[in-house]
Amino acid sequence: MANITRSPWLLHYDGSSCNGCDIEVLACLTPVYDAERFGIINTGDPMQADIFLITGGVNEQNMPVVKQLYEQMPEPKVVVAVGVCACTGGVFKDCYNIIGGADVAIPVDIYVPGCAARPQAIIDGIVKAVALFQERAQKSEKEVDKVG
Amino acid sequence: MKISIILAICYLVLAPFIGGLLEGIDRKLSARMQRRVGPPVLQPFYDVIKLFNKENQVVYKSQSWLIVTYFVLMVLTGVMFFAGFDLLMCFFVMSTSATFLYFAACVTGSPYSTIGGHRELLQMTAYEPAVLLACVGFYLATGSFDVITIATANTSAIKYLPGFFIAFVFILTIKMRKSPFDTSASHHPHQELVKGLTTEFSGKNLALFQVSEWYENVFLLGVVGLFIINSKPVSIIVTLVVVFLTFFLEVLIDNSNGRMKWQQMLKITWIVTIVTAGVNTVVLMFIN
Repeated sequence: MANITRSPWLLHYDGSSCNGCDIEVLACLTPVYDAERFGIINTGDPMQADIFLITGGVNEQNMPVVKQLYEQMPEPKVVVAVGVCACTGGVFKDCYNIIGGADVAIPVDIYVPGCAARPQAIIDGIVKAVALFQERAQKSEKEVDKVG
Repeated sequence: MKISIILAICYLVLAPFIGGLLEGIDRKLSARMQRRVGPPVLQPFYDVIKLFNKENQVVYKSQSWLIVTYFVLMVLTGVMFFAGFDLLMCFFVMSTSATFLYFAACVTGSPYSTIGGHRELLQMTAYEPAVLLACVGFYLATGSFDVITIATANTSAIKYLPGFFIAFVFILTIKMRKSPFDTSASHHPHQELVKGLTTEFSGKNLALFQVSEWYENVFLLGVVGLFIINSKPVSIIVTLVVVFLTFFLEVLIDNSNGRMKWQQMLKITWIVTIVTAGVNTVVLMFIN
């Protein structure tokens, strides 16, 4: 099995975030943190992405969007919820329009708490996601071997 | 004749490695220019290996076949070039491969990739005159379209073709998908078309597209080298230096320019082509 941990491509989707976490996500790409040194690219195209980074809570409006983006991503894939809103709904949890965190729509693998989540925490979350990504790729390969 | 066959085989085997390495150097240089650490030089290879291990999502049945055709024709272009065939033929095959890429992008029906495909056609309109004029220039300078005859001439072609060289390096920015003219694929920082004509490619298809780009870049830098190389062995070193300097210039242009609209791209490219290559053609015709 090839080592695929060196090339995690991100898809960043802003659910109903206040933009605080989104700014921190973009801060990861600036010269100070330079996430590209791990091979991370912010693709914007679900069909080319490996890691789904979601910020903000889920509501009726964005539920189908989040689901569709997740389904468009090719296997293996990992979901990272960034910020407390994407984890649980955060301070907006009890609002009439918020259904909850990202995990009410899609299976979330890594939770990065914080309001807003710090760039270091986000990069740490992505690094954890990358390990899971490799694990999943190996698992799916084994399954293919069994069937074949 | 034997050397040309060896060169063609070398291209077939080594071009993806050289192309990938060049892209790695490109990304490292770009990162340094932006005061970042940047990814490792081998990053493009990691990316392609990963893409081959991903699930291949095909939006439309014929898409994969079209991308494979694009890949095969692109490789054929370079093989013909390094085997010393007719230069005109090489460029015709290259244009055909670009057309298949356009079909692969448009067949999906996705608005982003369709607009990307249309912009790819516009880019072809912009660069084709300079490419065809370069062929004419080589013929006027050396009396032959054969790459092998041009490469083994007694004097470098650039002596007669400085204008054509400028025009060709100018359109190289379009062909290598560099910033001011990167309208069709819209690489990472821009994304106004998501990923332009590659939006609907994923997994193996995207990997194949990437490898074709590497083959293409090596071929194009080979054409740049053709301007410099002559029958003397020393010229090989000079050629390599000029090719690398051209590559560096492209990276510099990429990092120091914002994007242009396609109208501006078409206008500027044609003006540069007509002024430099056109004047050069007239002068050459008077001399001859």
